[in-house]
Amino acid sequence: MQAIFQFISDHQLMIYLIVLMIFVGVELIEKVPSVLHTPLMSGANAIHGVIIIGSIIVMGQAENLFASILGFIAVFLGTLNVVGGFVVTDRMLEMFKKKK
Amino acid sequence: MKLSILDFIYILSAFSFVFGIKLLGKPSTARRGNTIAAIGMTAAIVGTIFLNESVMVKNYPWIFGALILGSIVGTLMAKRVQMTQMPQMVSFFNGMGGACAALISIVEYDHFLHHAASSDSARIVILLLGLIIGSVSFSGSMIAFGKLEEKIKDLHLPAQQVVNMVVLLAIVGLVVGLAGGYLSNPAFIYLILGLSLIYGLLFVFPIGGADMPVVISLLNSFTGVATAFGGFLYDNKVMLFGGILVGSAGTLLTVMMCKAMNRSLTNVLLGNFGSGSAAAAAGKTITGSIKEVSASDAAILMKYSKKVIVVPGYGLAVAQAQHVCHELELCLEAEGVELKYAIHPVAGRMPGHMNILLAESNVSYDKLVEMESINPEFKTTDVVLVVGANDVVNPAAKTDPTSPIYGMPILDVEDAANVIVMKRSMRSGYAGIENELFYSPKTRMLFGDAKKMMTELVNELKASA
Repeated sequence: MQAIFQFISDHQLMIYLIVLMIFVGVELIEKVPSVLHTPLMSGANAIHGVIIIGSIIVMGQAENLFASILGFIAVFLGTLNVVGGFVVTDRMLEMFKKKK
Repeated sequence: MKLSILDFIYILSAFSFVFGIKLLGKPSTARRGNTIAAIGMTAAIVGTIFLNESVMVKNYPWIFGALILGSIVGTLMAKRVQMTQMPQMVSFFNGMGGACAALISIVEYDHFLHHAASSDSARIVILLLGLIIGSVSFSGSMIAFGKLEEKIKDLHLPAQQVVNMVVLLAIVGLVVGLAGGYLSNPAFIYLILGLSLIYGLLFVFPIGGADMPVVISLLNSFTGVATAFGGFLYDNKVMLFGGILVGSAGTLLTVMMCKAMNRSLTNVLLGNFGSGSAAAAAGKTITGSIKEVSASDAAILMKYSKKVIVVPGYGLAVAQAQHVCHELELCLEAEGVELKYAIHPVAGRMPGHMNILLAESNVSYDKLVEMESINPEFKTTDVVLVVGANDVVNPAAKTDPTSPIYGMPILDVEDAANVIVMKRSMRSGYAGIENELFYSPKTRMLFGDAKKMMTELVNELKASA
């Protein structure tokens, strides 16, 4: 129990941020027309690709072969997530522009 | 306390994510929103590599190698994919993000074992949660990908729920063991990895292929949460920020998708669609007979109509009939027929699926009318052409309280003077129930593959022009 309280007081700012972000996420999506659900899902998919920052840190600190190989794969997969995610979303949205 | 340049970049990136998602919510600004988020992401990545003060970043060749390789492969995949395959592509990229999160946790755990002097339970728990959620998201997304590619069939194992529970409890037990210091062998982390991957498989296997968009959306928010744990691990606010944002927005999006189908999330996840009311449905037989129509008669009927509404469904997507559909539209308009498309929110079981498909074949965006706006128009419509749609036009949703789709909003096609249903066979739709509409005296059936029949219609129209 002590450990939990200690953890909370050590990470107060992060916890505030989490609570706030949950509400922001909900608010942002609430009034979206259903035709945009798929592009939105795809766009959100690209945004969680920010995990790549973690993989860059892992790769940047790698000291042994094990960490280097896994780090390399992680950066590669993270890049796929980010680049692929944004490009796919853009292609979907390209279709939404009005044609005359 | 000094604010480094990197912190400043992270703040801007976080802002770009929120603003990007905000803009993605409107058709007119959506594309700009995506671009803004992409720019924010690029800034965060470049900043992390070059401006990191707290962590010495080295191994530049490796990092750039992976970044360049990933960018090339990712762009090629995203550019080459067919419009009909968009959902599985999203699922695939989502799985990559999940795998990335899992790999980070494995390396960090190894690092932790070698460097940490004292055991830090909270850190281990965060690390393991990132691993578990990332792995579930990875294996689940891959199954979803396979199902949408139609390479993997639905699979119901006996006592599925019990097996899932056991796997989940085993994972929880291992986490408690490792974090509490009861288990000392670090190899247990691989056991957790394995069990999590299995859990992801079991989780998605029983869910019907047509429900995959909902599952993908849910797994998407899972990866968001895994990312947030990564942010906690590195005390990196932008990771935490982006992760939680996607986690919460993704969860709400999932619930909204379920609502559009008038089903609860639990119902989707248990994969028992229709089974509860199967007995009721079987007891009720629809009386009446079906009437077939030939392509030439259907073409003539439409040619002499004032107003035609096309109701596209999954069958159109499967047959890749969107281009010939647009051709039909042009042929009919040349004859002075007013033509519109009625878009049900879950037509094709993926919101926006029909819009994307038809827009790809140059159908004007304002011809695609959403359900609420088009429903009053059916009364004044001469012919409704249903192309590979079934459940979204089933009147049982309004009339039969025992029907599994009862309460789902549908397109009121039975209000029109004539209904032509283009279908491959009398097989029931995804919900597995009979459709009274097919037996209505107004309805004519045009059996065949959507693309083939559409082409025949177009040829008939051209021949008679």
